[in-house]
Amino acid sequence: MRVAAPLLLVLTLGSPAVFMPPAAMDATVPKGSRTLASFHAPGAGRGQRVVAPATVAAAPAGETVAIINARVLPVSGPALERGMVLIANGKIAAVGASVALPEGARVIDATGKVVTPGWLESATQLGIVEIPSSAEGTADQTTSDPGLSAAFSVVDAFNGDTTLIPVTRVEGITRAVVMPAGNHVLVGQGAVIDLSGAQAPEAITRAPAAMFAQLGEAGAAAEGGSRASAMLRLREALQDALDFARNRLAWNAAQRHPYTRGRLDLEALGPVVRGELPLAVQANRASDLLAALRLAQEFKLKLILMGAAEGWRVADQIAAQKVPVVIKPLTNIPSFDALGATLENAARLSKAGVALVLSSFETHNARNLRQEAGNAISYGLDRDAALRAVTLTPAEVWGIAARYGSLEPGKDADVVVWSGDPFELTTGPEHVFIKGHEMSKDTRQRRLLERYRTIR
Amino acid sequence: MRTVRASAIASILALSAAVFAPQQTTPSGQSPAPSERPARPVPDPAIPGERTAQPAENPQRPAGTPQAATPQTGGTAPLVSNPYPSTYAPLPSQTTVIRNATILTAAGPVIERGSLLLQGGKIAAVGEAVTAPADARIIDAAGRWVTPGIIDTHSHLGVYPAPGVAAVDDGNEMTSPNTAEVWAEHSIWPQDPQFDLALMGGVTTMQILPGSANLFGGRGVTVKNVPSRTEQGMKFPGAPYSLKMACGENPKRVYGGRNSSPQTRMGNVAGYRRAWIAAAEYRDNFRRWRENGSDPTKRPERNLQMETLAGVLSGEILVHNHCYRADEMAVMIDIAKEFGYRISSFHHAVEAYKVRDLLLANNICASMWADWWGFKLEAFDGIRENIALVDAAKGCAIVHSDDPNGIQRLNQEAAKAMRAGRDAGLTIGPADAVRWLTINPARALGIDKMTGSLETGKGADVVIWSADPFSVYSRAEQVFIDGALLFDRSDPQTYPLRDFAAGTTQQGDVR
Repeated sequence: MRVAAPLLLVLTLGSPAVFMPPAAMDATVPKGSRTLASFHAPGAGRGQRVVAPATVAAAPAGETVAIINARVLPVSGPALERGMVLIANGKIAAVGASVALPEGARVIDATGKVVTPGWLESATQLGIVEIPSSAEGTADQTTSDPGLSAAFSVVDAFNGDTTLIPVTRVEGITRAVVMPAGNHVLVGQGAVIDLSGAQAPEAITRAPAAMFAQLGEAGAAAEGGSRASAMLRLREALQDALDFARNRLAWNAAQRHPYTRGRLDLEALGPVVRGELPLAVQANRASDLLAALRLAQEFKLKLILMGAAEGWRVADQIAAQKVPVVIKPLTNIPSFDALGATLENAARLSKAGVALVLSSFETHNARNLRQEAGNAISYGLDRDAALRAVTLTPAEVWGIAARYGSLEPGKDADVVVWSGDPFELTTGPEHVFIKGHEMSKDTRQRRLLERYRTIR
Repeated sequence: MRTVRASAIASILALSAAVFAPQQTTPSGQSPAPSERPARPVPDPAIPGERTAQPAENPQRPAGTPQAATPQTGGTAPLVSNPYPSTYAPLPSQTTVIRNATILTAAGPVIERGSLLLQGGKIAAVGEAVTAPADARIIDAAGRWVTPGIIDTHSHLGVYPAPGVAAVDDGNEMTSPNTAEVWAEHSIWPQDPQFDLALMGGVTTMQILPGSANLFGGRGVTVKNVPSRTEQGMKFPGAPYSLKMACGENPKRVYGGRNSSPQTRMGNVAGYRRAWIAAAEYRDNFRRWRENGSDPTKRPERNLQMETLAGVLSGEILVHNHCYRADEMAVMIDIAKEFGYRISSFHHAVEAYKVRDLLLANNICASMWADWWGFKLEAFDGIRENIALVDAAKGCAIVHSDDPNGIQRLNQEAAKAMRAGRDAGLTIGPADAVRWLTINPARALGIDKMTGSLETGKGADVVIWSADPFSVYSRAEQVFIDGALLFDRSDPQTYPLRDFAAGTTQQGDVR
């Protein structure tokens, strides 16, 4: 059954919202849907409102699709030079050199193409930021309220209708970690979403996926002006959370010492100090990374390092503690927070055995994750490792590997058919499936292109 | 993005974006505003040659014009004075023949298995075969590609150097909406390690611009990407100066936020017009003084701000105009006509595709990003086909960086723009896309007679790439500036090293 037609976000170049039926270019959309072209038929003059494209509202079950003759990169196993991927009921039904073709399956002949799992961007604000710097009211990634900085959850602000999601998924990204930001040492709880364009809770793959914090320069700026004061405040919050969790009844009876954080934050930190919810800590300088590793040992935290521009300098310690690292490969400009930043960070971390995740750390241009990964390869990272670093490894790190991250039967059918090498700049996705539904290629930017394909 | 920059605007962006960015270079959440970082300047490429303020009679691609500042005869001597002349001298070079390369000349079709002769710092020959002098070093470039050196019309290297701290935050004189009197070259720190990183990305020439907070941000300067103790030692001999102007959100936000003018786009326009009226009067006063015998006792008072603006009116200084929206570009074109000057290039121009016909008719280049969009409202209509659409309309399309990361990979940015154009049904090959990185920016900067293509007699600014430069795996292997080998990836001895990187934790990319 179809989900109700999604509300279309109307970019206000003027006035009241205009609701239009979902548009789709996609073969999966039932007949009768309007095509993109119909929106740009004569008459759609410039100056009119631009309506953001609808997401493809597909049935939960999804169609049955067989992608054949493709070079299949399942990530969980060796490449198939001429393989098949069968999608049914929203899941990957089969992957192999040859697979029985069910009656009625749509067949995509992918000769010469490459098939991978959908990619995951691990550090973005998709769905919580629209136009950050000059459209007030469209940025929800942070709170000025220090009393809520740990409890803060991106899910409550998530907007599945954002124009950014279609722009991102047409580049093969099907999941993303939406993370909070802000001028606090603890900035709140992030979530993994899918890029189907659905709203919460349907779009939420896992929430919370991690508690986010920042040390180093950013932490110092937020807490007392020094790296040391930031670390103290973070330790204090964790200590309070531990005490609170152990003495909840006494706290209710007002028998505990005053905590520096309120009930909401202390509750949110409970899973962190129990080692259930990862603490994702941003830090770049080698000394800050080591400080975070020590903190994780002290509190028995499940640590994830974010940024880690000098990660390669302490790669052995990171690997020994089995802490995963999320990096932006194209980071090489020296700062006092990362004088040793290098384009070889990814390759060096991987070589040391660190669980590596590649990320763009972008929102509007999260779509450039491919360029980031391609450059990591150019600077020494193994190709298979690069693909794993944007699919299965982040799935493991963010706790969703049972459902996503590789082409294995039973997992959600997040599948991308690429015109060629997925890491190249001149290739691109030809088909993008999320949970078994092929996504429309329609985006607001595509609408603009069509409006101005000819100048009138 | 440099979250540390102490500017009001920067702090706004920093709040939202940079939190998790691995260090200053990462734009995080919404970083895209790197250059646009409000406080930062946005470039303006200039179109070479055209001195007239009228639209070109022939709206075909202007064959760039030479340009170098030629004093007008109208009595504007003070306007063209240059108290800070270039001291650049080409580094020692060796006669070199590059053979068996795929050559993109930016002046014609691809030459497969071609050769290039560099002699005396110039391109001495290019073609399928060239005669190698007896003393020539021979480079067999089989499987490799050769292009002209990349030229960036919009950079802030040196004025926003690394490390990005307030102590060297020297790109934006946000003290008045008109700071035409400041010169970017007086902020440039030649030890910025980012110059080295850009060189390793094949960038041989760049225009360094002031920021975009002001209606008139100040003078820009074109430099060669060579190591030097002084900015004068990098200054491109014969390159005209430029004036950075800015439209739209930045000036009105910065000054409107202080409850001063401009606070609106109409305030912006009034500010430009007021200044041009004063500049014309300044110019005329000097002209009359000259015509009346140049009596030293009656010389009009010099005014640095007016000198730069009058230099624009006389055609010696090229206008590079930060402007996002189509409608605002159209207004700026009318202002230029009203006061008789030319706009060499719009910068950022995320809506250039909407007015590509106007840009062509007025002979104005557009310096653009491949895909930045959405970080502020005036960037919300950015599309990836922008560059390709301007090019397909026979306009002067330029890929610019406005960013210390982007400048390291302008070839990749062009590749993305090429792909977007192809996906939209346009036919674009490497011989087309290379122009966006070389001859078109040279044209905008008024240096296209001297560099920007591999043509006999031009300066030997040359890059040898490990593969097709529009592949993500391709890297600049050798970079020549005026025939001198500045960087050779196979020889760490040639790796550039600015003072700052020496002795710090510099096991990174800058050695």
